[in-house]
Amino acid sequence: MSTTEERIAAQKRLRAARAGTDTIDERLGSSKFLTSVLDKIFPDHWSFMVGEIAMDSLIVLIITGIYLALFYVPSSKEVVYAPTSGHVYIPLVGQKMSEAYQSVINISFNVRFGLIMRQAHHWAALIFLAAVFFHMARIFFTGAFRKPREINWIIGLLLWQIVALEGFTGYSLPDDLLSGTGLRVIYSIVESIPFVGTWLVYALWGGRFPGTSLIPRLFVVHEFLFPLLIIGLLTAHLMILWHQKHTDFPGPGKTETNIRGSRIWPQYALKAGGLMMLVSSVIFLLAGFVQINPVWIYGPYQPYTVSAGAQPDWYLGWQDGAVRLWPHWEFRSFGHEIANPFFPGLLLPGILLGVMFAWPWIDKKIYKDYRAHNLLDRPRDKPFRTGVGAAAVTLFSLLTMASGTDIIANNLHVSYEAIVVALDYLVIIGPIVAFIIAYKACQRLQEVDFHPIQRPVGGVIYRTRDGGYHTVGDVHHGPAHDVPAETPTDKRGSGDDGVEHGSEKSVPAPTAGD
Amino acid sequence: MTDTLDEKQTPFARNPRHFGIDPDEPWPDDVPMDQDDTRWRYQGDPKGAKKAERRIAAAWTVTLLASIGLAAVYVDGANTQLAGLCWGLAFGGLGVGLILWARDLLPGHDVIASRGHHNVSSEADRIAVAESLGRGLDPIARRPFLIKMLGAVGGVFGLAIAFPIASLGPRPHRNLYQTAWGKGVRAVTQDGTPIRPSELPVNGILTVFPETNPADALSPTLLINLGDADYETPPQRVGWNIPIDGKTGIVAISKICTHAGCPASLYNVVTHQLVCPCHYSTFDVLRLSEPIFGPASRGLPQLPIAVDAQGFIVAQADYSRAGGGPVGPGFWNRG
Repeated sequence: MSTTEERIAAQKRLRAARAGTDTIDERLGSSKFLTSVLDKIFPDHWSFMVGEIAMDSLIVLIITGIYLALFYVPSSKEVVYAPTSGHVYIPLVGQKMSEAYQSVINISFNVRFGLIMRQAHHWAALIFLAAVFFHMARIFFTGAFRKPREINWIIGLLLWQIVALEGFTGYSLPDDLLSGTGLRVIYSIVESIPFVGTWLVYALWGGRFPGTSLIPRLFVVHEFLFPLLIIGLLTAHLMILWHQKHTDFPGPGKTETNIRGSRIWPQYALKAGGLMMLVSSVIFLLAGFVQINPVWIYGPYQPYTVSAGAQPDWYLGWQDGAVRLWPHWEFRSFGHEIANPFFPGLLLPGILLGVMFAWPWIDKKIYKDYRAHNLLDRPRDKPFRTGVGAAAVTLFSLLTMASGTDIIANNLHVSYEAIVVALDYLVIIGPIVAFIIAYKACQRLQEVDFHPIQRPVGGVIYRTRDGGYHTVGDVHHGPAHDVPAETPTDKRGSGDDGVEHGSEKSVPAPTAGD
Repeated sequence: MTDTLDEKQTPFARNPRHFGIDPDEPWPDDVPMDQDDTRWRYQGDPKGAKKAERRIAAAWTVTLLASIGLAAVYVDGANTQLAGLCWGLAFGGLGVGLILWARDLLPGHDVIASRGHHNVSSEADRIAVAESLGRGLDPIARRPFLIKMLGAVGGVFGLAIAFPIASLGPRPHRNLYQTAWGKGVRAVTQDGTPIRPSELPVNGILTVFPETNPADALSPTLLINLGDADYETPPQRVGWNIPIDGKTGIVAISKICTHAGCPASLYNVVTHQLVCPCHYSTFDVLRLSEPIFGPASRGLPQLPIAVDAQGFIVAQADYSRAGGGPVGPGFWNRG
């Protein structure tokens, strides 16, 4: 096909590439490693993109965040809003506010492209956490946390916690009314910790709420400490992923010992780059068209005011919802007290997180499966695990809903008490019902469907010298796709061997409950 | 000590068939390798390839135009919506083009290869690493005194280097229980003006601050004129309100919710209930401001108030236990 010129050009390119890789190799001896990098295979499934979306949002966050940090003033110093130049937001003129809040107003109105960078930063944070949640759910439901990947499950959970805290500190930096209220609640939750609560809040806030130390400290934590931890842990997360190679769903041509997908070079590199561009595109379209966190409308923080509809960002809604729904218990005796916010604010999330951290080992016990796996489970094949996951997602959703009781009540024209009482019952009943439904649905799905590994895997067809055919490597036949071996020259190349057909009976159907 | 790995002790020995095969066996190439490494979508279809190339070029043209648009938007005052549109189109065009290029014109879609390694080492390597570790452990274990000493020293030194943390904030003290109110401290509004009882109409509600330190975050207090409502007054709180025409008149209630410290600022004049919009704790003002709904478990404290010689509202004292204090959410030493 190719012309002589094309061949010569290709040889030229190869020589140029060779010159480049040789230059590096003579310094680092890297050719073997680089080959493995370029030839690395990633399996293809849409759900594997979700973690990538998280990483892409993180990159947008870092870039927009650096930009915003160049303009933000981390100071609680009280100033009176009276700008003499640039755009002025009239309703705030003459109001007392912190320098931090004033600088955010300034970024929003007087820095060209400042507002879109702020909104992109906030939207990217919300998308980042959404991707983190979906990624986590994908890992859980498909059993990707099983041996040998328990370490990455632990690192992932740590990342989720740090990323949520990073989001909260960022949400608090503008020092507006909404975020100040959020900080007040967090102060109370920390203060409620038995023994050390008051010491801890005085150390964190540098004294009594609100004080003037917190904003500069939050800035250091948000700009330096947490990003450092996130980047460090993410590097470990990705290096382990790289080393262990990605999991894949069972399917034709896929085994525990092989990997099927696209090569990094050029397929995956271009597609991953393209996905990063698309994620950025969505974030910036949202940043341009959908207003988020308009702090100039909320006003500066005052300890004595609060707006109705005070909600945290969505990823902390479940904790706020738990704080709203928790019964009015407090324990007081011997001159001491365990205050109410401790139980829903720290104890409940602590217990839930503990179960999540321990899950890979709980899962081993449940299924008595201590072996390593590269192939994923389909959720239906593990009804109990899927049921637990469905219950967790339901609990999470109901608690998130509870953090918006006032908004729901307003929109449905129902009293907020009714919503709270209903949710009080639902957070107990809902997860149980979700578990049962998911469990039964898995069993039903198992009955009507067959495991993809039972389908023909497309063996190699040999034609013998005398014109006969036989197949090698195609011993699994899903009955649903069974092709009767009518003639030995079956054009579809499916199994033609009566003996091998018989073996389908010996493939056990997945059993309920596993 | 390392060369006698008990088969029943180590998790690996319990499941020697890692991924179903023995790690000391060679990893099988159980499928043909690199089966589709050089094929691409429009291979052998020059027309289709040409079309694909045009599609990619069109996507990148969008990026080109959007970039120029972005410059124009910036110069023209940086409209946020237009900027978002341009950024979005520029990123989007680039991304779509890259993905189409990979999908339509580049090879390496569907490749199968061996995973290549076990993620676990061979038995010999495992023994070797344990022996390397043991080479150091044995001589160390021979000096138990030094190990104990190191542990003790490490613990004490660990405490010593924690001291800088103490500089982060003061130690909690009396001011956990105190606000800026006190005997004779005037109640002032947000802009610092003192109040006369006559300025608050029946069912009126006003947030006031101690004149001496209006910024104190625990001090904001609600003055409520209850009119002739039936206000429950336990013996120790007699005389804490400012009666008007012989009726209940004005009472002062802490605005700081006893649950999580938000301002309980929504007042229902019909039921005389205060609601905190953070977690919807609801307090019955007429019944000692006790919580009747939501997560709060203590009533809002009451501040004793009176009228001074100039006719302005003042506090008789700070919040006290008799009035349901101290103010704000609970903590360990609150008692």
